[in-house]
Amino acid sequence: MKKLTVSASPHVRSPKTVPGIMLDVIIALVPALIASVVLFGFRSLLVTAVCVVSCIASEYIARKIMKRDNTIGDLSAIVTGMLLAFNLPVSIPLWMCVVGSVFAIVVVKQFFGGIGQNFVNPAIGGRIMMLVSFASAMTDWTAPLEWFKNGGIDAMSTATPLASLTANGDYSSLPSLLDMFLGVRGGCLGETCALALILGGIYLVARRVIKPVIPLCFIGTVAVIMLIAGKGDFEFMLYEVLSGGLLIGAIFMATDYATSPLTTKGKIIFAVGCGVITSVIRLFANLPEGVSYSIIIMNILVPHIESITRPRPFGAEKEKKEKKKEEAAS
Amino acid sequence: MSKISDGILKAVKQVKGGVLVDHHKDTKDMATVRITPPERVILPMQQHIGAPCVPVVRVGDHVDVGQLIADSDKYVSAPIHASISGKVTSVADVKVANGRMVPAVTIENDGEMTLFEGIAPPTVNNKEDLIKAIRNSGLVGLGGAGFPSHVKFNLPEDKEIDTLVINAAECEPFITVDYRECIENTRNIVDGVYLLKKILGFKNIIIAVEDNKPDAIKILKEIADSHEDNVVKVMTLKSKYPQGAEKMMVQSATGRIVPMGKLPADVGCVVANVGSVAFIARHVRTGRPIISRTLTVSGSAIANPMNVRVPIGIEASKVIEFCGGFKKEPVKIIAGGPMMGTALIDTDVPILKSNNALLAFADEVVTNKKERACIHCGRCVDACPMSLIPTDIEAMAMNKDAESLIKAGIMGCMECGSCAFSCPAGKPLVQYMRLGKDVVREAGAKK
Ligand code: SF4
Ligand code: SF4
Repeated sequence: MKKLTVSASPHVRSPKTVPGIMLDVIIALVPALIASVVLFGFRSLLVTAVCVVSCIASEYIARKIMKRDNTIGDLSAIVTGMLLAFNLPVSIPLWMCVVGSVFAIVVVKQFFGGIGQNFVNPAIGGRIMMLVSFASAMTDWTAPLEWFKNGGIDAMSTATPLASLTANGDYSSLPSLLDMFLGVRGGCLGETCALALILGGIYLVARRVIKPVIPLCFIGTVAVIMLIAGKGDFEFMLYEVLSGGLLIGAIFMATDYATSPLTTKGKIIFAVGCGVITSVIRLFANLPEGVSYSIIIMNILVPHIESITRPRPFGAEKEKKEKKKEEAAS
Repeated sequence: MSKISDGILKAVKQVKGGVLVDHHKDTKDMATVRITPPERVILPMQQHIGAPCVPVVRVGDHVDVGQLIADSDKYVSAPIHASISGKVTSVADVKVANGRMVPAVTIENDGEMTLFEGIAPPTVNNKEDLIKAIRNSGLVGLGGAGFPSHVKFNLPEDKEIDTLVINAAECEPFITVDYRECIENTRNIVDGVYLLKKILGFKNIIIAVEDNKPDAIKILKEIADSHEDNVVKVMTLKSKYPQGAEKMMVQSATGRIVPMGKLPADVGCVVANVGSVAFIARHVRTGRPIISRTLTVSGSAIANPMNVRVPIGIEASKVIEFCGGFKKEPVKIIAGGPMMGTALIDTDVPILKSNNALLAFADEVVTNKKERACIHCGRCVDACPMSLIPTDIEAMAMNKDAESLIKAGIMGCMECGSCAFSCPAGKPLVQYMRLGKDVVREAGAKK
């Protein structure tokens, strides 16, 4: 008999693995990738490829230099690359993609210890750095479905619907709500097609990669606030929900494991916070889009949310404060 | 109390956490087979939680089946009896399942299986008689933990204990021992249930079983209905691991929550394994101590998986041989279930009273995932029935931070393995839990 394996219990493990989960996220992003090609042309594929390759390469090199084990096999760098690309305008110069990817992986992720340790979502970190550094290139929006009309040489510029959106205003200059749902509007290459993003979200929930609480609470909060802000203007609310990066942010970025709370209670607080900040930025600040900022702010608050939502161990005594309250109540 | 439909209770409260594990109850329809007595048995002095026993026989002594060979004067301990008749050939340290060396008595079989003449049914009229009888029988919890049963049933007078929960959940994969007990030893279970009720005065007796065992439910239901007083009820649980854990069981059956660091008795409950209950009835009828037990032998490397009745102290290798040996090269052999059992270093270790299974796997089943960094996915948190945050424990244990560990509730961890089972990063979380508990114990010892 060969030597028997002796290891600690349990001796069986669930089939879920880290690369398996990341692969599911990649699959969930494919509909949005296809939509981006249809809407903005093959350059979106190129932008995505450059981001993905730069992310993998920087992860590989960063780990090598830091003398840590090679982690590109967990596929998380691919996810980061895709998400970053999806948050960029299709016309973005490719060298900027490389800079953004390197920043996302090296500074935001690896400086903090790699997968699971970073406290800010790498793709969002990369995007915000690019927004600050390359402001005009990052807000140069290409009109959808124009690429095959003029051979993609002279892409027409457009504004994002969010820029000209006001409550109870005139929506005739905006794309129709159906176009908004299908993604026929100006915007980042992967964020516009609500249909594709929702499909991806359903896949993630069905595969139990994410729980629906963060997307639902995030989008729901924005919807409620916008409905109130628009004094019951339902159309305005729908435009707000379908605009900017809300769906991709709520489904794919705010649900990032490392940068969101562990417990359901914590997730609700986190997602509602994201929704409130997004709405406040959109309504009051002089910024076109609040999703990335809201997520990053809430990312930073996660440790605090975790500490107030820590579950009480089964059968453990209630904390003193709670006890006193109860005593006072009775 | 709980809702009742068709006379079957539903759990008062669905227990939080837990995991869905493939059942693999391949041996469930296989009647228990009695093994041919082995040439020798090895009886370790520590087969229970508590003080080890001291041998009362010497090398060269002749012993009969059921004769006392070791005992302890400590209260939390359980005596050990000869499981075959023959000559004591050694009293020395042997290796047991967890790799430790423990003193043991080895008996060489004389092939007679002569029953010890001192065996007689005990008279049981009151609680003292019952507790004494249980102690003399050497019974320990047959569900796996091995806690001396007389201690468990010696209900403290100052606490009002009204509920007996009988555990037939058997939530660990592969194991079908309790299931077979329900099917084959129904009579003993009935007798045991009503004996305990009569002597210890329980007001409620709840037999808990997972809802994926309809045959067992039917039989248990008949037991419950066999007396009219309506004290005994069957409760079905969703088949989810670890429903069979004591504290979970108490909560499912009564809605009561056992406080951290306390026992079910503190909330008026006693939880006993169905096999232990049946054994008590058999012991009171025959006076035979615990000298044999049923094991499920299964797993992908075993030629003929089956349920076998073996004498305590038989070597694992002999049991496997009886089950046709290995059909594939085994990679891992486990004493107990795959979630909480102990991996064996080799197969020459003896079977103990508390062993309920012997599982051997060829590699394709033992998937030890590559260990990666924690991705903070929260699966371990969702899985933990004790509402702990297993992913936080590693760092605390490594830093030897006893205070944080206690605050994190680590002493409540029952090492059920649900967290490590569900971790996609393949983290050995249970190992960290054990490490953390050691840190707390060390810190406590220093004070
Ligand atoms: S922490 Fe302990 S009780 Fe919780 S799932 Fe893990 S092993 Fe089970
Ligand atoms: S299940 Fe594993 S990877 Fe997920 S949080 Fe727990 S320890 Fe980390």
